[in-house]
Amino acid sequence: MTSEAAPGPRDIAVVAFAQSDTLRTTSDVSEVEMLMPVLHDVRAQTGLKTADIGFTCSGSCDYLAGRAFSFTLALDGVGAWPPISESHVEMDGAWALYEAWTKLLSGDADTALVYSYGKSSPGSLRDVLTRQLDPYYVAPLWPDSVALAALQAQALIDAGDTDEPELAAIGARSRATDNPHAQLKGPVPHGDYLVRPLRTGDCPPIGDGAAAVILAAGERARQLCARPAWIRGIDHRIEAHSLGVRDLTDSPSARLAAEKAGAFERPVDTAELHAPFTSQEVVLRKALRLGDEVLVNPSGGALAANPMMAAGLARIGEAAARIHRGESDRALAHATSGPCLQQNLVAVLEGDPR
Amino acid sequence: MSAVLKAPLVVEFPFTRSLGPVQSAFLTALRHRVVLGVKTRDGRTLVPPVEYDPVTAEEISELVHVGITGTVTTWAWNHEPRRGQPLDTPFAWVLVKLDGADTALLHALDAPGPDAVRTGMRVRIRWAEEPTGAITDIACFEPYDGDESTVTVHAGEFEDPVTGIVAQARLDYTYSPGRAQTAYIKALAEHRAVGERCPSCQKVYVPPRGACPTCGVATSEQVEVGPGGTVTTFCIVNIKAKNLDIEVPYVYAHIALDGADLALHGRIGGIPYDQVRMGLRVEPVWNEGGSYPDHYRPTGEPDADYETYKELL
Repeated sequence: MTSEAAPGPRDIAVVAFAQSDTLRTTSDVSEVEMLMPVLHDVRAQTGLKTADIGFTCSGSCDYLAGRAFSFTLALDGVGAWPPISESHVEMDGAWALYEAWTKLLSGDADTALVYSYGKSSPGSLRDVLTRQLDPYYVAPLWPDSVALAALQAQALIDAGDTDEPELAAIGARSRATDNPHAQLKGPVPHGDYLVRPLRTGDCPPIGDGAAAVILAAGERARQLCARPAWIRGIDHRIEAHSLGVRDLTDSPSARLAAEKAGAFERPVDTAELHAPFTSQEVVLRKALRLGDEVLVNPSGGALAANPMMAAGLARIGEAAARIHRGESDRALAHATSGPCLQQNLVAVLEGDPR
Repeated sequence: MSAVLKAPLVVEFPFTRSLGPVQSAFLTALRHRVVLGVKTRDGRTLVPPVEYDPVTAEEISELVHVGITGTVTTWAWNHEPRRGQPLDTPFAWVLVKLDGADTALLHALDAPGPDAVRTGMRVRIRWAEEPTGAITDIACFEPYDGDESTVTVHAGEFEDPVTGIVAQARLDYTYSPGRAQTAYIKALAEHRAVGERCPSCQKVYVPPRGACPTCGVATSEQVEVGPGGTVTTFCIVNIKAKNLDIEVPYVYAHIALDGADLALHGRIGGIPYDQVRMGLRVEPVWNEGGSYPDHYRPTGEPDADYETYKELL
């Protein structure tokens, strides 16, 4: 190699994470009123002001609250004047983080603010989510989100991959978290069937909430955070939209994303999985090759709090925060979107050696 | 603080969607009580058929006629059917691999209870009484214990192809405007205009949305503004809006209420449309029992000096 060689990819880290409490209803505040304290919190952790941040990217979905272009109003909470470099994805904030990561990789910015929020309480979430399905063959039947997850759960039970007691244990373990922002925690009964074989305890609580992280590149990250959570790899993959062509007991997209993110190169000590239904943790543990020695979802995961559009970003934030606090050295963070784990994002985060 | 306002909000949107050649053949065939699949290059038969192979992304178009009977590959018991779903009595969601198909179709199974359903059970299509060329032409599946149906090649050609569908959607919400806008709307009903001041830049926002978009901080100090205001800019509307009982032409204007640092908009009345001008001084007019100003009319004061409102344009 000569000295003319192109510089290697930049090291990029999560340097701060903040989230709101997730609540069943937040009608006393607008979306921007809910989001703003989270933005203030994450910036205060780094001392950065809006003008110091090179790129801002957000994730949200207008269908949740039935408010068109709600993300433009949410920008009021950022303080976007003088005009900022900004983008938005109509997806979970984990995908906004992916866009911000590419922006930092390109060298166009050294710092990025990523945030996302969702208010599911104004609508009927199970019905709202049917609108993301194939409009020709599936959406006219209005199969709700719990029904589709239940089809996947039954396929797992039929395949001998799990049973109802194991699913109940996943729910109980998740809600045994001490996460102060969680919506549902402590002993929660497995409950009655919502759509059999899934019981209420197998399903995520419906709640409103917001999350935000700050990314920084290279030395900037070390200045802003005592122990940055370096993103060693990140990748996302999608599967065919038609449920009937997929093997619902497996997640080849999650496995491929993990492989591309380098998750299988060395063991991780912690995994934050975005598995809204207990049965989906079974699929993800298998696809991501997570053994019993890995600490899974100490935050409680989506079974303890599942603010739509923010829960995936919060998985990355929770994993990073454990590295910041010295509770993890190498963590896997996962986000999902669509029915039955249709789309999956995996990030591998590491702290500097201690 | 008193409770925030809430109101029902219904979002309805009929999407008119055009169909590709394979989708068109499939839905047309359903109307004739025939189910078509599509063959991939490696010999798999996809039902419901798609226009591109989900594995290789190759364009595919070879149609085959598959059975109206099949096998359940997974199921879920839905004891509380929701609006729009295929049956209004408890039913099972099923993925069904029709005879001759290699992939499964999502639909409903009419069965007496969960004990009557299992993976691997045989089922048959129950057709809708009045087919229209949509997935709902399959009313649902029902249990079946007869022979496998035969599978043949099909040209997929019908005299009256379905070329599009109208996808109806309706979502019901309970809208709440949040703290700041609730205070604004409640004050309006009392014939007052209330803004909020930014603690950082001191601007008064009317209507307030709870945050200063310039500083990104919460506004909270309430400030009463108006009732008078100044027209900062305006346009003349010549097109009659649907469901709006206002004669054209009329003037729609940006109005900076006295004490506000942001103009709101409203209709100008009580003056011929061609006499409205920048700087015109106006005041709100409420209809009997109205919860917001119907329009703004001239106060008769001298016009405001341009220097007093140029920052509010």
